[in-house]
Amino acid sequence: MTLAIVGNVIIEGVLTGLVYGLMALGLSVIFGVVRVVNFAHGEFAVVAMYAAYLLFVTLGLDPILSLLPIAAAFFLIGYALQTVLINRFVGRSEHEQFILLVGLAIVIVNGLLMIFGPDARPANLPYSFDSYAIGPLFVDKARVYAAAGALVVASGLFGFFRYSATGTAIRACADNLTGAAVVGLNIKRLYAFTFGLGLACVGAAGALMVPIADASPLLSQAFTLLAFTIVIVGGLGSMAGALIGGVVIGVSEALASLFWAPSMKSMVSFALLVAVLVFRPQGLMGRRL
Amino acid sequence: MPPRGRVILSIVLALLLAAPMLLDRYLISIFVLIFFFAYVGQAWNLMMGFAGQLSLGHALYTGLGGYVAAMLWFYFGIGPWLGVFAAVAVAAAFGAAVGWLGFRFGIEGVYFALLTIAFAEFTRIAFDNMPFTGGAGGLFLSYDAQRSHEWWNLRGGPLLFYYLGLALAATATVLIAWLARSRIGYQWLAVREDQQAAMALGINAFRVKMIAVIISAGMTAVGGVLLAFYYNNLFPAQAFDINRSIEIILAPIIGGLGTIFGPVVGAFILTPLGEVLIALTGSLGLNAPGAKAVFYGLTLMVIISLRPNGVWPWLKQLLGLAEIER
Repeated sequence: MTLAIVGNVIIEGVLTGLVYGLMALGLSVIFGVVRVVNFAHGEFAVVAMYAAYLLFVTLGLDPILSLLPIAAAFFLIGYALQTVLINRFVGRSEHEQFILLVGLAIVIVNGLLMIFGPDARPANLPYSFDSYAIGPLFVDKARVYAAAGALVVASGLFGFFRYSATGTAIRACADNLTGAAVVGLNIKRLYAFTFGLGLACVGAAGALMVPIADASPLLSQAFTLLAFTIVIVGGLGSMAGALIGGVVIGVSEALASLFWAPSMKSMVSFALLVAVLVFRPQGLMGRRL
Repeated sequence: MPPRGRVILSIVLALLLAAPMLLDRYLISIFVLIFFFAYVGQAWNLMMGFAGQLSLGHALYTGLGGYVAAMLWFYFGIGPWLGVFAAVAVAAAFGAAVGWLGFRFGIEGVYFALLTIAFAEFTRIAFDNMPFTGGAGGLFLSYDAQRSHEWWNLRGGPLLFYYLGLALAATATVLIAWLARSRIGYQWLAVREDQQAAMALGINAFRVKMIAVIISAGMTAVGGVLLAFYYNNLFPAQAFDINRSIEIILAPIIGGLGTIFGPVVGAFILTPLGEVLIALTGSLGLNAPGAKAVFYGLTLMVIISLRPNGVWPWLKQLLGLAEIER
């Protein structure tokens, strides 16, 4: 095994990890602000994958571009979902929130299974098999585009939370809910906005996932667990942490596939999850709780 | 329990004891599943409903229980009547490991739930890749009609599993009722409601929670043994799957968390409902298992939205049994 292969695998892991990170970012935003565990997160990612796949097959729209309409649609879905359903669960016990979202997840996965069947749907993009040669390394074009897309969306979100008035208000809700209510912020509307943003992230991530993975309902639970693992490894409430956690998980899974077996790659993430929970519960980038 | 409760309970038990005379093979197989879910539901409810620890990885314990007993039988011919002790011991040891990590390092709520999922998934992938467990291809127990009289080796037909399941579910219910009124039962409730206050009263919260997870894991393993010898096959992708874990928690949640009869009532509602749905959607030409699961999901959402305390407290009121019992 040459160094070049290992280098290739690491780069691949970093690029895939950035897309994972964007997906986890959505979870982190929802959990960090609304304090609801979105256990249907991976299911939403797969719905977005199918949306991007269908847009590609019917209209020939590149998934990298279709992330815009998909993210917009997911924002609206998230906004509506929070307003209609999840808002009444805010502040209720964790297991009740969890059961609500597990119920939703079961409905989504099996709905997808009924509509599309269990078979994976690959999107054959024109550049699916192209790669950039950098010295001895070969980098997938599709992965580069997807990772770049993830970085652009994530920076947009960073900017929104940092500079816009709504973003600042949402951060205020996360930091001090009572204070935010006292100064007259509309908490319910901001929560709905946040849930919408979280789903927009996962929608964008799902679209970006299409060039690098085949859409299948069976991915959804793995994605949900992956997103949780990344958020906890990266550190809850840290946006950079979600991306870094994504890269850490992406690289460790890629290396595990190389050195052991692809079927065993998730073991590494779960081991990492347990280790982080035990030794550094605030995550790599998180603040001390 | 009020006299009326005793009467109802005796009638139900008598009916269940006599029922196999009237039921066909298919209905008996449904009852086996009802008893299985009532039993493991009791075990899970002990941990979540009484001690307040959310486990989403109980498939770990059914899976380990099933695999340990099945492998002892498969490789060494050691019957499940003996193997079940090993199964309980292994599952309890894993439960203790999960509990120790979680409770010692202050991993709580959702984080604890994720820890339990991580353990179950980790074990699933490990079993997928271990040759001596049969790997992803599964482990098959041969069924030999010659040995069908060996009920102690669980080599009988559905009827054997019907009565075994009934006995397990009934024993578990009695055990939980007894535990709930014991010293440890009240300590669980105290820790569930307010751990800080409980510790201030001198309750060793760590010890109390460890006892809950060990008993729950051990009990759940027995259910796994039953299932393994009932189906005569084991696949890591089913035995340790998160869907199995979710199936296990449905009955107690629908029935009523932290109640003694909740898991039983939940199992009696959900399992037949699922079967009816398979039949209905199948006759409509829909993808039956998918439609059933969609309905399960919707049921969960509706129940947790409208009746988060489950069906049993409401049913108890209806039967005129509501009184001092929680």
